[in-house]
Formats: sequence, C-alpha cells, structure tokens
Amino acid sequence: MTDYIPQDYQPLLFQLVLALGFIIFTILITHVLGPRLKNAAKDAPFECGIESVGDARAPLAVRYFLIAILFVLFDVEIIFMYPWAVNFLKLGWFGFVEMLFFVTFLMAGFYYIIRKGVLNWEND
Amino acid sequence: MEAVLIIKGIIILAIFALSLGIAAYETYFERVVAAYIQDRVGPDYAGPAGIFQPLADAGKLFFKEDFIPALADKSLFILGPSLAMLTALLTSAVIPFGDSFIYEGQKILVQGIEVNIGILWVFGIVSLGVYGILIGGWSSNNKYSLYGAIRAASQNISYELAMGLAIIAILMMTGSLSIRSMVEAQHGFNWNIFYQPLGFIIFLTCSFAECNRTPFDLPESENELVAGYHTEYSSMKLGLYLFSEYVNMFISSAVIASLYFGGFNYPGMDWVYSKFTSIWGATVGHNWATVIGICVLMAKIFFFIFLFMWVRWTLPRFRYDQLMDLGWKALIPLAVLNMIITAAAQLSGKPLWIGLILTLIIMLVIFLPAIKKRTVKA
Amino acid sequence: MDILGLLKNMTITHWSFYIVSMLTLFGALGTIMSKNPIHSVIYLILTFFSLSAHYIMLNAQFLAAVNIIVYAGAIMVLFLFVVMFLNLREENEELPKNSILIAASIVGGIIGITLIAAIRQTQIEKVNPYSFNTKTGLVETLGSLLFNKYLLPFELVSVLFLIAMAGAVMLGKREKGERHF
Repeated sequence: MTDYIPQDYQPLLFQLVLALGFIIFTILITHVLGPRLKNAAKDAPFECGIESVGDARAPLAVRYFLIAILFVLFDVEIIFMYPWAVNFLKLGWFGFVEMLFFVTFLMAGFYYIIRKGVLNWEND
Repeated sequence: MEAVLIIKGIIILAIFALSLGIAAYETYFERVVAAYIQDRVGPDYAGPAGIFQPLADAGKLFFKEDFIPALADKSLFILGPSLAMLTALLTSAVIPFGDSFIYEGQKILVQGIEVNIGILWVFGIVSLGVYGILIGGWSSNNKYSLYGAIRAASQNISYELAMGLAIIAILMMTGSLSIRSMVEAQHGFNWNIFYQPLGFIIFLTCSFAECNRTPFDLPESENELVAGYHTEYSSMKLGLYLFSEYVNMFISSAVIASLYFGGFNYPGMDWVYSKFTSIWGATVGHNWATVIGICVLMAKIFFFIFLFMWVRWTLPRFRYDQLMDLGWKALIPLAVLNMIITAAAQLSGKPLWIGLILTLIIMLVIFLPAIKKRTVKA
Repeated sequence: MDILGLLKNMTITHWSFYIVSMLTLFGALGTIMSKNPIHSVIYLILTFFSLSAHYIMLNAQFLAAVNIIVYAGAIMVLFLFVVMFLNLREENEELPKNSILIAASIVGGIIGITLIAAIRQTQIEKVNPYSFNTKTGLVETLGSLLFNKYLLPFELVSVLFLIAMAGAVMLGKREKGERHF
C-alpha cells in the first residue's frame, strides 16, 4: 500500500483555480459583450407564446420525493460496500457471508418497495 | 523540486486545455457524425470542411444577449451553469492519462492528483453535478425548466446507484480505489472488460444517463419540455451548460477506458518499452513509451466519444417511466448480482470464470424477453 | 509586528487550514442567515464540501469522499427537493414575535456557553508526528476494522436501513382507499 498524504491534493488547488478562472472569465465577458433589450413580454416566463399562467414554484408529485429518499438510503448502503470491496480478498469467505447478509436485507427492502408499487410511474 | 512542480502544473494545464478543446471539437464531430448517419453534408462553411465551426459557435454565443428573466432568482441563475461547468472540469483530476515522465531522475505522473480515493472522487463530483441542473432549472421560474430539472435530478440519482454498484465489482478486481492502480492491474491485454462484461454494460448505460445523452435526454426533451432546464438560458450561460455536457462526455469516456479497457495499456507494450529504452536510453525511452500510452488512451477515448454519438443518432428517446424502470428494476438487481458473482469467483480463485458466467447471464437477460415477445406474438 | 511575524511563520498547512475554516464558517453562517431556503441549502452544500477538505487535511480520505457523496451529494438533493415542494410564495415576511426572539437567543447563548466550557475542559490527545500512522484514515484500514471488530453494528445497520425503507414507503405511498390528507 503506497503512502498517501494530504499533500497529494495540492495540484487540485491549481485545477480548481483554473476552472473557476475559466468560468468567471466566461460569465463576465459574455455579460459585457452582449446587447441588452428589455420589454415586458420578453421578461415573462417562456410558455410557447401563450400568456404565462400562475407561478412555476408549484408543488410537485410526491413520487420524486420518494425517489430521493430511497436514493439516500441506497447510496449509504452502497458506500458501506466500498470498504468491503477493497478488503474482500483479505476477509475471505467469512466476509463474503457477512456481505451476503447485508445484501439480502437490502434486496428484501428493494423487493418490498417494488411490491408496494413505489417505483410504478402510472397514475394511481 | 521547482522544475518538478512546474512540469506538474504544465500537465494539469494540458489536461485542462485538452478537455476544453476536445469538448469544443466534440460539437463539430457530433454534427459530422450526425450528417454522415443521416446522409447529409453537415457543417462545411467555416473553414475547410467546416473545421472552424466550434470557434464560430463560441464567438456567436459570446456576442448574444446575456438575458436574465425578470422573475428569476438572479444569483442562482448565474450559479447554475457555473456549477455545472465547475463539476465537469474538476472530475478529470484523478484520471491517469498516461504512465509517467522522468525528469532529472524523478517520476512525474501524468495525472492531476494520485490519491487513495480516486474513483470515489469521480463518483462524488458526479453526484454534485446534479445541483448545476437543479439550481438552474429552479431559478429560471419557468415550468418547463422546473420539470426538466426535477426529471434530470431524479434520473441522475437513480442511475448513480447502479453506477456505484458496478464500480464495486471493478474494485474487487484490483482491491484499490485509486484509478491508477486499477489501470496498472490491467497491464498489457489483461483488461477488465474480459472479466466484467455485464459491469461494463451497466456502467456504460449509467454514464449515458449521467451525461443526459440520448436515449436518456429526458431532461431536455424538446417535444415535451421545450428545452428542459435551460429553456430560459441564453448566450454563454447556455454555452456553459452545453459545453459541460460535452466535457462530461469526454471525462466519462476516459473513465470507461480506464476502468474497463486498460487505460494507457495496450498489447505488446512491454516489447515497445524495451525497444524504446534500448534505442534512446532509460529516461528518454521511458518518456516516449509514456507518450505512446497517452496516444493509445486518447484513441480509446475517441472511440467511446464516437459511441456516444453513434447511439445518440441511432436510438430514440425513452419514455420517463421506462427510464426509471430500467434504472431501478433492471440495472440495480443486475449490478448486485454482478457484484456477488464477481466476489464468489474471485474468492474461489477462478476469475476467468466470471466473464464466462456473466456473459451467459447477459445473453439470457437480453434474449429471454425478446424470445418471450416473439412467442406471444406468434 | 507580532502578527506579521506570525504570518511569516505560517506553513502551507496552516494557510490551508485557516482558509478552509473560513470557508466552512462562511457557509455555515450563510445557511442560517439567508432568507431564501434554497440559498440556505446551497450554503450548506458549501459547508459540507469545505468540511471534506478538513477531512483530507486529517488524511481521512475515505471519510472525505463519503462526506461529499452522502452529505453533499445525496442528502442535500433530498433537502433541495423538499424545499422545492414548499410553496415559497406563501412565506410570511413578518419577523417572529419578540418573546420568541428572546427565548431563542437565551437558548442559543446557553448552548454556546456549554460548548465553550466543554471544549475548554477537554484534554486533546497530542499526536506524535513521528509514530503517527498515516494510513489510519484510509479505506483499507477502515474496511478491515469495520468487518472484524464492528461486525455486529454493521449487520444491524442493514436492519436499520430496512426499517427506514419501510418507513419511507409507509409515509410517502398512499394506499388505495386511504384518506388523502
């Protein structure tokens, strides 16, 4: 195992500065160069030419919210698998069985979600 | 030490310039490929064979009106495209674009940073990429933008899961998170694709979805959502969004090439290395062998960029429920299965079996529904 | 001139620590001080990102990556979704009542004093830079510890996840015939 130290990240600062510089430069230049013409119709939100109705800050379907919650749960479970995947040859079959239990619980939850129809996108 | 730092700076600058330059010329290649597939002429006006088209496009975008809608949240409206571009440009730091250059007896890796978390850095920055789209779409105060943004966010997070699981199987081939060690483990022709065909297909699908490319470009599907999250954007702010998509395409091609297709490794590289060192001496020969490696990686990256375009101009777009079904109900179970089988095969010490078994499974998965459909129709 | 001498003696580690700390505090203050909840969420993302930089300076690289992926990447997306669900136009602009303000500042002050007192009392274990193992925070060490010593908590976590999943589904999914709130 190679020695990894925080100093390895120093070149990243250079890249960060480069990226930020490029973005700020682009935004500023395009702000300065372009013409500016304003009127009421242009300022209104674009809705294919017809009068815009109401506000875009409307509540959304709860399904997106459920997807986000499930994503957080699954993401954390996947993160737990990374330390195992790096070490799994050392841990051997015992570690494999451990992970099998873990994955079984995960897939049990997954099965429950599918049977409950959370991932169905038709109207209900 | 000073000289080493300067060379490191030049390498980072070169990678940075390369990702921007390639992203700019991807727009040109995209139009050329599209024209070829659709039997048209394509861009041919700016310069010989339209070679200056990207420059003309960029110039045009700079001189367009920098428009901010009256009802938009101004600071977030500017932050959106900046964040999208920033995340796209930071990902390339951990990808090894070549072996190393030797200067005054010191090895300088052709890579921004060589760190212990390598692939997790890519994973993390990609997961931050959602915000650029989400913030931009929300701040425009336009219904189409909002729906495009929410769709994009849901799609990206769903496919991130399968992507993470596919990466785990790759980790088990090497036992390290650093992309460089993964690439070095695939020395010569010992590429991961032979052991991980299923993982490769899952990863490829997910990277298409993460880049919002067709057939997964639901966030900007023009016949439903006008232009999706960037409906209200104009001038170079729109340019940054489009540009970041192409940078992402380049980076994900590089990641695919590094994880599954050996990165800068190629068959016969040891022979080339020994030839070069015997002709030019240890230092110069090593450097030239590295240059060849970089070229090989670039060729692989260009192939995958071409694949991205080929798919875009061949396949139609998914419906949104189909997209979510594919991400959750097909790719996640498959990726878990892939992980378990890889672990079992690695532990039993027969890694070559993995590839064979997994190929069999792919065949079953791909052909069973098709066979079923055919029998139903008959 | 003491400050100038101090500035001269600062190493690059000091500099990066102070800059990152300032960024973290800036993000944290922005989170609680901005009126628009979306701005708050974005400041919070900045806070998590700079916290990851702190982890990297402690050489806890895996933790840094996990912090970015889970906190800055996943949980903040959830927050952003939730905030977007709120009907932001109906926010009440008026300031809360004086009694609430006074109560809040008293509670905040007490917590602040307790924290400061606790931190002053704490004995911080000094790290010997010569015997310190730089590999402590890396994923390899963490993995072998997690899957040997902390095996039972690890397996229990998966049960916890199962319960959390069931809970999320129960809260979010409306059954047929159930009342719509």
